[in-house]
Amino acid sequence: MAALLEVRDLVVEFPTRRGTLRALDEVSFDIAPGEVLGVVGESGAGKSMTGAAIIGLLEPPGRIAGGSISLRGQRIDNLSRREMRRIRGKRIGAIFQDPLTTLNPLYTVGRQLTETMQTHLDIDAAEARRRAIGWLEMVGIPAAAERIDAYPHQFSGGMRQRVVIALALCAEPEMVVADEPTTALDVSIQAQVIALLKRLTREKGTSVMLITHDMGVIAETADRVAVMYAGRVAEIGPVRSVVKAASHPYSAGLMASIPPLSHRVEHLPQIDGAMPRLTAIPTGCAYNPRCPHVFDRCKVERPELLPANETRAACWLFDSHAPRERAHV
Amino acid sequence: MFAFILSRILQAIPVMLAVALIAFGLFTFVGDPIATMLGQEFSVQQRDALVAALGLDQPVWVQFLRFIGNALRGEFGLSYRLSRPVADLIVERAPATLELALCASVVALAVGVPMGVYTGLYRRSWLSRAFLTFSLIGVSLPTFLIGILLILVFSVWLGWLPSFGRGDTVQLGWWSTGFLTASGWKALVLPSITLGLFQLTLIMRLVRSEMLEVLRSDYVKFARARGLRDRSINFGHALRNTLVPVITIVGLQLGSIIAFSIVTETVFQWPGMGLLFIQSVSSADIPVMAAYLLLIAAVFVLINLIVDLLYYAVDPRLRTGRGH
Repeated sequence: MAALLEVRDLVVEFPTRRGTLRALDEVSFDIAPGEVLGVVGESGAGKSMTGAAIIGLLEPPGRIAGGSISLRGQRIDNLSRREMRRIRGKRIGAIFQDPLTTLNPLYTVGRQLTETMQTHLDIDAAEARRRAIGWLEMVGIPAAAERIDAYPHQFSGGMRQRVVIALALCAEPEMVVADEPTTALDVSIQAQVIALLKRLTREKGTSVMLITHDMGVIAETADRVAVMYAGRVAEIGPVRSVVKAASHPYSAGLMASIPPLSHRVEHLPQIDGAMPRLTAIPTGCAYNPRCPHVFDRCKVERPELLPANETRAACWLFDSHAPRERAHV
Repeated sequence: MFAFILSRILQAIPVMLAVALIAFGLFTFVGDPIATMLGQEFSVQQRDALVAALGLDQPVWVQFLRFIGNALRGEFGLSYRLSRPVADLIVERAPATLELALCASVVALAVGVPMGVYTGLYRRSWLSRAFLTFSLIGVSLPTFLIGILLILVFSVWLGWLPSFGRGDTVQLGWWSTGFLTASGWKALVLPSITLGLFQLTLIMRLVRSEMLEVLRSDYVKFARARGLRDRSINFGHALRNTLVPVITIVGLQLGSIIAFSIVTETVFQWPGMGLLFIQSVSSADIPVMAAYLLLIAAVFVLINLIVDLLYYAVDPRLRTGRGH
């Protein structure tokens, strides 16, 4: 199946006074039509940056310095502002983290929905309003026909995130970038919102790039998962394989540090140290100072994504051309 | 809504009473009106008669109550300097000041808001930099100097516009307006610019900084992520969200335009309340000063009420407030 979205060797740089910072360093992945790709990693690993680059809303002075992003084979990383505006909302939707701040407080939710639809779809005001009510019903807002004229502050946080989801999907995009869509919500609401997002995107066949640091959400929702570390993809593969049998030592450490529900553990394993700052990324593999399996090559040469068991991992342990004694990972 | 207006009016009462007390205090503490009115030579009988006529022999609180009672009926006594009722003087002068203040506000808003939006949107363009430099001049040059410079250029050198007065006015009932004659309009230009320039630059800088902040907000980012048109984002989503703080400042500034038109009116010999006030100060004409003080306080209270009502119109969060 041809990929819907292809990200190839994406490099994002920030010019600063002390030189250029590389926030994303040759990130590559695909998203297939209808697929949910989970993107996980620590804060600052470049998850949100990748999402922002895809929707063309990198915060200046950040800029795409290399690589490409293609949507159905068409390059979208080098479009003009105007052309990119037509893609945002219409072909790639976005869901942001905090529903309390992503809705404009001065407009009714109905007006925000109809404005979005009328910008992208060729429909009149009455039809837009009819569809807006439909969307509010679809995302589970009770008494949608009345609530359409309510302002954002009249909704609870969970309800507002439902409205945000309706806004992201109302122009029927082919994919949605959901950046931490449940992080700001109460735990009891999180599952509902994720279930809603999952159901609606499945019904419409919409692809999702789900950025989160919540492995539970990923395990439940994603088809495949990409683990990011220090602006690079450390491992990518089917969600079951990554969660159950991660190949890259970093993903393995990440999965091991999730407390199991089945039994109590005395000591929760943790990864020593911290992710390097962008100013001080070590040569070779960015993970080498923290890696329990580190060997000489890791400190010199940067690993590509290599086939590793059922996934692909950026780790020299899986270099079949120069086999080493395979450590237990 | 009605309850809100009522509570605001009730809150205004102590404010007005406090101002009234200060205004009343002027009579006691700023010079001796008897000495001023009687001149150099007078008999004791004359003096006592005047004291009794003015009610100055009564206890202070009786005098204060009478002052308030009179003020409520619009009676502020006779001007010491002109020997005419103060109320008449103010009614006569008010249209000039109000028309000038209106024009100055229109200038400040009509130019300041677009300039603020432009400099907020195109931070790095050379025109924005030029606007900001210009605004620095507007903020830092004193009003009287701007007035004199404008007179020098447009009246003395170019001879395009009059340097003083209101031009020809037309009487509409008790209201004398300069809006109906060409010379009236011409006379308004320089004083309006002089009076409005400071507010203009202030509004421009305020709108600019608010725009910069709103443009960074999540809902503007989300509006961009939904692919809305730039025009809709900049003017519909961003500008509207800057309005609440802008209305606050503009409201207060409108009050000060009226209150502090004194300098501009003096420079342009504009026959308004400010000029009346400054002439009264120089001749210790206390009734006029007291009345002016009360009037300006009332203007500020009224403007604050209007500002609060405008918040309701702009921000739905206040309209529904509690509940839901």
